Parts: sequence; C-alpha cells; structure tokens
Amino acid sequence: MSRSSRTLPLQRSGESRWSLARKKFIKWRFYYLLITPALLYFLIFHYAPMAGILIAFKDISPFGGLQGVIDGPWVGLKHFTRFFNSFFFWNVMRNTLEISVLKIIFGFPAPIIFALMLNEVTRTVAKRVVQTISYLPHFISWVVVTGLITALLASNSGLLTGLLNSLTGESWSFLTNPDHFRGILVSSHVWKTVGWSSIIYLAAIAGIDPHLYEAAAIDGASRLQMARHITLPGISFVIVILFIFEVGHILEAGFEQILLLYSPAVYGVSDILDTYVYREGLIRLQYSFAAAVGLFKAIVSLILIIGANSLARRLGQPGIW
Amino acid sequence: MLKLSRNEKIFLGVIYVLLLGVTLAFLLPFIIVLSTSFISEAEFARRGGYVLFPEGIDFTAYDILFRRSRVILNAYGVTAFRVVVGTLLNLAFTVTMAYVLAQKQLPGRIPLTIFVFITMIFSGGLIPRFLLVDYLGLRNTLWSMIVPILVNAWYMLIMRNFFMSLPEELSEAAIVDGATAPVILLRVVLPLSLPVIATIGLFYAVHHWNAWFDAAIYIDRSELQPLQIILRGLLRSATLEGMEEISFMEKPPPAASLRSALIIVSTVPVLFIYPFIQRYFVKGIMIGGVKG
Repeated sequence: MSRSSRTLPLQRSGESRWSLARKKFIKWRFYYLLITPALLYFLIFHYAPMAGILIAFKDISPFGGLQGVIDGPWVGLKHFTRFFNSFFFWNVMRNTLEISVLKIIFGFPAPIIFALMLNEVTRTVAKRVVQTISYLPHFISWVVVTGLITALLASNSGLLTGLLNSLTGESWSFLTNPDHFRGILVSSHVWKTVGWSSIIYLAAIAGIDPHLYEAAAIDGASRLQMARHITLPGISFVIVILFIFEVGHILEAGFEQILLLYSPAVYGVSDILDTYVYREGLIRLQYSFAAAVGLFKAIVSLILIIGANSLARRLGQPGIW
Repeated sequence: MLKLSRNEKIFLGVIYVLLLGVTLAFLLPFIIVLSTSFISEAEFARRGGYVLFPEGIDFTAYDILFRRSRVILNAYGVTAFRVVVGTLLNLAFTVTMAYVLAQKQLPGRIPLTIFVFITMIFSGGLIPRFLLVDYLGLRNTLWSMIVPILVNAWYMLIMRNFFMSLPEELSEAAIVDGATAPVILLRVVLPLSLPVIATIGLFYAVHHWNAWFDAAIYIDRSELQPLQIILRGLLRSATLEGMEEISFMEKPPPAASLRSALIIVSTVPVLFIYPFIQRYFVKGIMIGGVKG
C-alpha cells in the first residue's frame, strides 16, 4: 500500500493525527488510568535504581543523602579497576562459580532422578504423600532452614555432631570448617529444591504417550529399560532447556542461604559476588565501590541470560521471550 | 496389572526404600526441632544437645515465647501485617496491570510490556535499591517491606496470559449490553479469574511470610521486626532482645529448646496450610510454563 492512499481517509474526514491520537486516548482512558499506579511503581522501584548505577562511576559520601550523590565527583572506572585488581575479585569470582557449578552438578540431576523414581510408584496415595512432603522445604524460609541445619550440625549441641563426637571421640565442627562448608551449602540447596523442581519433570512425564509403554511392555521391556528408553528421552528437551537457564543464572550462587550460614572462618570458600557487595556496601558503607561490583554482576548476568535464551530458541524452544 | 518379574520386584523394592529414605530426610529435621522444643534444662544438660525423642514434655520454652515476652507476639503482628496488607496491595497492583496489558487492542501495549520485561533481566542492584528506599524515607517503616515489592513482573505476566486466554466474546457481549470497562473488569473478568488470583495471591503471601532480608537492611527498630528476623537473631546469639527476664529465671530453658520452639512457632502456620495450597502452586507453575 502506498503512503498517500493510507493517509487519504484521514484527510477526507478532516482529522489530524493529533486529534486521532486524542480520540484513541479518550477511548482507552480508563485503562491508562488503571495501569498508571503500577507503571509508577516500576518507574520508581526498578528504573530509578537502574539510573542509580551512575554512583558506580562517582565517589559518593554515605552520609550526604541525595545531595551527596549529586555532588559526588565523577571518577570514571576507578572502582571497577580497583575491584578487578584486588585479591577479592579472584576469590569472589572463584567462589561464586565453584559453588554454582557444585550446585548444578548435584542439584540439577536430583529432581530428574526423584521424578523418575516417583514415576515408578504405582500406588497413587503413597506417591501423593511423598510428593507433598517433598514440597515442604520449598515453603519454608532460609532462616528456618538455617535453624534446622543448626539443630543437626551445630558444634557440641547438634544432633549429628554429637553422634559423630561420641562415635569417633573427636570434636567435629561443620559450619566453621572450610572443608565442610560447601558440602553444607550444596546439600541444603538440594534438600530445599529437589521436590519442588521435580514438578516440571513429572508434568513432562505425564505428557508422554502411554502407547509407547504398552508397546514396550509387549516387546518385553523391563521397567528400568522403559525409564531409560522412553521416559528419559521423552523429557530430554525439558532437561536441556532447564539446564541452559540454570547455566544462565550461574552468578546466582545462593545469596540468602550463604549470608545466613557463613562466618569469617569460611569467607575464603563461601564469599560470593552478592555477599561481597552486601558487606562492602551496607556494612562498610562503600556505596560507590559496591555499586560498581553489583553493576559488573548485573551486566554479566544480562549477557548470560540473553545467551541462554537465544540458545534455547536456536534449539526450537520458546525460551522466555 | 502386569505380573512383575523377580528382577523388577527388586528394582521396585530399591526405589521404595530410596523414596522412604528421602521422605525421612525431609521430615527428620522438623521432628528433631519439635522434640527439642519440649526438653527441659535438666534433660538438655544430661543429653547435651538436640534430641530426636524427648524424655519428658516441658513447655517452658513456649511459655517464655508467648507469655513472658512480648517480642514474639509483636513480631507475629508485624508479619501478619506484611502478609495481609502486602498481599492485598500486591494483588491490586498486579491484577490491574495484567488486565490492562491483556487488552489486545490497547495502543502502546507492546512497549508497556517491554517496559516491564526489561526489569526481569536487568536491575540496578542492591546498593541503588537500598539508597532509594532510604531517600524515600521508607526506612524503619512497615512500608519498606511492602512498597518496594508491589508487583512481581513474572507473576504479572502469568496473570496477563490468563486474562488473554479468556474468551473475548464475554467482554464483547457485556459491551453490547452497555457495560463500561470498569464494570467488565469487576463483573465479568474478576469472577472468572478467582482461581488464578488466589494462586498468585498465595505466591505473594508465602513470600511475605518468609522474607527477612528486606527487614534486615531497612529496619533497625526492634518493634518493627518480623518473625523471621527475631528467629535469625536467636539463632545467632541465643538471647532475645527484650527477653532479659530469662536471665532472672530459676531454670532458664536451654538455648536449643528456645530456638527450636521459635522455629516451630514460625513454621507451624505454613506447615498446616501448605498441603492444602500446594495444588494451587503446582497449577501456577503450569500456567507460568505456557507462553502467551
């Protein structure tokens, strides 16, 4: 269609683009009014902090308030170079990546195996009871999980610690021991997520054509063979996609969990990007420096998630956008 | 039912045993803290720590939490406020936004959706967010736990997808009957959407019940602390702020049983409700999985 023919009807009715837009606005005014509060929320609490990353390129005083932010001198990339050249950069990056990778190695297959095992349970009541119990950790806070870990592993009074102490005659400690601390992080992560994460796999298993199992049974396949040759291939796409996005979130090593459980004794093996930002920023009040570290993480995360999404789409999956 | 071969019986047996072990692993920590919350100072001294089976039942720890101290009741009040008021505001903002963005003809719908979507993949980070709450004067108010998390973009998109899946004929019929936009929202769309609204509302409510980090950074005043913060404090130091009276007791309960009792107290509501609401959550995940 040519441009002139499109504008013709408007000229004929004597309306300008402006008045047409106004008419449209009046027609939809109720909807625009309705969405305004929520838009303001996103503008203030999400976009204003995005503009706030400018403080990463300034030196701001922690006590100057908003005026301190405006008055603070520009320092370019000073905070970034300081971070990249410091000992903490390597320590924090290594911890973040290693803890994330450990959590993926143990935490990613766990719900798949759990779902495959649940799928073999033919008694529906038993299956539902186990499922419901397995969801429980998802609904409780990390603070409560910390309390449960204390009950098991606190030095002296913990149930498991006490048991080990009396069995071996040694004095065990876990939460303050760098050799054991990551094990606690990974196992409590698996404990908290395995049941809930299995839901998506169980749903995928439920979508597999039952005829495949019938045909396999006629051919004399055992249940283990069916699980391996029908169920697992049937959910392989879900597995691949979830794995891609798991890797896309590799810089999220478990902020709340680590912040609640760690102590200076285990900083060397557990201090991650998020906890480092928290301590530098909100405890030591180095707002600009901490904001720079946070911005570094946000940018790398953005690249990773865009990469994960385009990879998922290349595999013919919808991705998240 | 198919006859099972001997190998398959062993296979199934192994799976049942493994699943039983896993189930126990989920439950045991809770049983331990429940048991320990009932032990007395004498029993703790004798047995030296957390226990799986208590020898006697002693309610001192609960007595302290609820009768001798006002800290817990006050913290319950704070948590209840953020759960109830917070969730209601979450829903009001989320439903209205989702409803508007579900209007397929709305001019500007795509840019507005992208405007929200960008916040899902990029954020300014902890420090700018903290400074913002500070500059807005929200620190040390209950609102600091509610206003900064009014709309969860992901939940909002789930709800928008649900609204978009409603048959358009319903709204069109209402328009023919002379209904205006507000009437359609209140009389046609909302009644049809109660299940999804309940589901998202439960997501928000559980989040508010369990949240602690926002209170930890925004709130210094002890009378505004929610339950989770009080629990975190007790796990760290074994004494409770505003619980000085414990030291004057003849037989104070051991820290382990006080901690356990508080874990139970702050988990019981969730423990009782979640078996009934989990199916809504599962449904929510499934709706979220469908792209619109």
